[in-house]
Amino acid sequence: MSGSDLALPKIQPLSEKPKSAGRSWHLSADFLFHKAAVFAAILVAGALFATVVAIAYDSRVAIHAFGIWKFLKSSDWNPVTQTFGAFPFIISTLISSAIAMLLGVPVSFGVAVFIAEIAPAWIKKPVATAIELLAAIPSIIYGLWGLVVFAPAFATIEPWINDHLGAIPGIGLLFQGPPMGIGMLTAGIVLAIMILPYMSSIMRDVFLVVPSSLRESAYAMGATTWEVAWNIILPYTRSAVVGGIFLGLGRALGETMAVTFVIGNSNTLSASLLMPGATIPSVLANEFTEATTKLYTSSLIYLGLILIAVTLTVRFCAVLLIRRLGRKEGAAA
Amino acid sequence: MKLLKVSAIFLALVLVGVVARGQAALTGAGSTWVYPLVAKWAAQYDKDNHVQVNYQSIGSGGGIAQIKAGTVAFGASDMPLKPDDLHAAGLIQFPTAVAGADLVYNLPGVQAGQLILSGPVTADIFLGKIKKWDDPEIAKLNSGLKLPALNITVVHRADGSGTTFTFCDYLSKVSPEWKEKVGANTSVTWPTGVGGKGNEGLASYVQRIPGSIGYVEYAYILETHLAYARMVNSDGKVVSPSLEGFQDAAAHVDFSKAEDFYVILTDHAGANTWPISGCTWQILRKNAPKDTNEAVMKFFDWGFEHGQDMAKSISFGPLPQSTVAAIKAYWKKELGYSI
Repeated sequence: MSGSDLALPKIQPLSEKPKSAGRSWHLSADFLFHKAAVFAAILVAGALFATVVAIAYDSRVAIHAFGIWKFLKSSDWNPVTQTFGAFPFIISTLISSAIAMLLGVPVSFGVAVFIAEIAPAWIKKPVATAIELLAAIPSIIYGLWGLVVFAPAFATIEPWINDHLGAIPGIGLLFQGPPMGIGMLTAGIVLAIMILPYMSSIMRDVFLVVPSSLRESAYAMGATTWEVAWNIILPYTRSAVVGGIFLGLGRALGETMAVTFVIGNSNTLSASLLMPGATIPSVLANEFTEATTKLYTSSLIYLGLILIAVTLTVRFCAVLLIRRLGRKEGAAA
Repeated sequence: MKLLKVSAIFLALVLVGVVARGQAALTGAGSTWVYPLVAKWAAQYDKDNHVQVNYQSIGSGGGIAQIKAGTVAFGASDMPLKPDDLHAAGLIQFPTAVAGADLVYNLPGVQAGQLILSGPVTADIFLGKIKKWDDPEIAKLNSGLKLPALNITVVHRADGSGTTFTFCDYLSKVSPEWKEKVGANTSVTWPTGVGGKGNEGLASYVQRIPGSIGYVEYAYILETHLAYARMVNSDGKVVSPSLEGFQDAAAHVDFSKAEDFYVILTDHAGANTWPISGCTWQILRKNAPKDTNEAVMKFFDWGFEHGQDMAKSISFGPLPQSTVAAIKAYWKKELGYSI
């Protein structure tokens, strides 16, 4: 939510409270609560900091061996020769998440608009609950579903994709490959379904707080539902919507099990989205247990460090974008 | 108040119980592949000898790290440590049981055990050089079998695994090109194909994709009834996977000559030998307390002797008697004591 809109309730200063026998107790309880809250805040920040430091420390062997730039751009991930490079995994992580966003964002927007604007009251609640239930499904279940149910079904559509989308010059390259049902595109679609509930419930929540006066005035002027959604609701809630989208993106980038099941796990990068790939989390999940040498383990931890960097960069961009949008909104108002 | 007393006494009893059990407990960690065997042995060993063996299947890499750090009494790895590394870290290793991997495929019209493959042909398939099932190289081995003109889809393990190590070690022995381009490890850079997570993931891909071929543990073939291949072994004989075949591979190794049991059981001689046989190693620290090492040795010695039927019931081949004798001699030589 755009925190600046919400005015915090004024807290009654302590000294203005009526003096009573219980005051000293109030004071000490207050004191303890204050300390506990500070401690909790420091603990969380400290845990994050300590995690990053520990991960960086444990990747020192790989950083020393491959450096930063060389590790980032090298496509050679070979446990046998003990040479490691992160490039294919970084790209696959970004691409699978991009597919998820491309499919997930419009659907989430549609669902949220449906619940907030279109649906009759009696259907709002069941649809909203169903979507929230999607968020409660563990990711491994999505993985199994993707592997056992979705992939075989998708494999029967893939020849069609090959024939039609694959024939288009240029982007056709993205849609050529054997009909296995697994690969980058499948991973992206499963991810889209997984992040949909997060994005749509945030969007729905903020859509519902749009003042009805704004909405009703627009309808009174003869605006259609689409015009109200696009020109009134979305601009009013833009920064919160962007925040929700980035929350979904953060989840997509870090999703491990579901992706591991359906992405096909190939360490080589290929042009087609129908071919297998491997993301940073999936490689970590796959190879960590049996990584036997120091350099190998360290390189895997180094990959984790890069994933943190990617996620933090995404968050940073989100904050920047929200600030800019917030300024625009302010200027428009 | 009375309740408090009762619960205090109860708690004390529980603690005493834990401590008493804790005195006779062994911890091990490592390979997931050997976990069913160690767990089965441990359950029976606890009943017979009242010694608890806790084994955590955290993976070979973890097992090696834990034994090096001295946090466990034994570590288990699917890939043997090189003698030099072993000596440098003050460790010893010995084999536990034998098992094997085999190729499974999804070929319409071809039943289990009908397809015959040789090492070099398998290597060329996994290198991506043989792309179609009706390739003359495959047809040569399978006269009389009608092979479809399907594209071959290679399926491999995505997660690091001892099965991958054993399989790739075999391919490295039979194909110089594989050895040079890919090599053997628990994870390798596959020239082609898709990766499934675990035996289950791999099997589900193979079951679903017509024209696919992959490799799984023998025990998994028995469970799932996947179509398996017969292999041409190093004696030129066509064999089916079997516990006897894995044991023959071990029996054809002269362990008295192999330093620190650094022998991989793939592609060994013998008319009935299964070529893709493998093994799991237990790793001990030389400078661990004598009591600890002795307790570990007793447990495995008990397993070698009394755990044979248990091993067979879950598709592990017990070590041949000659190998067990070699292990005992090795303990004596390396540690200065045996049991």
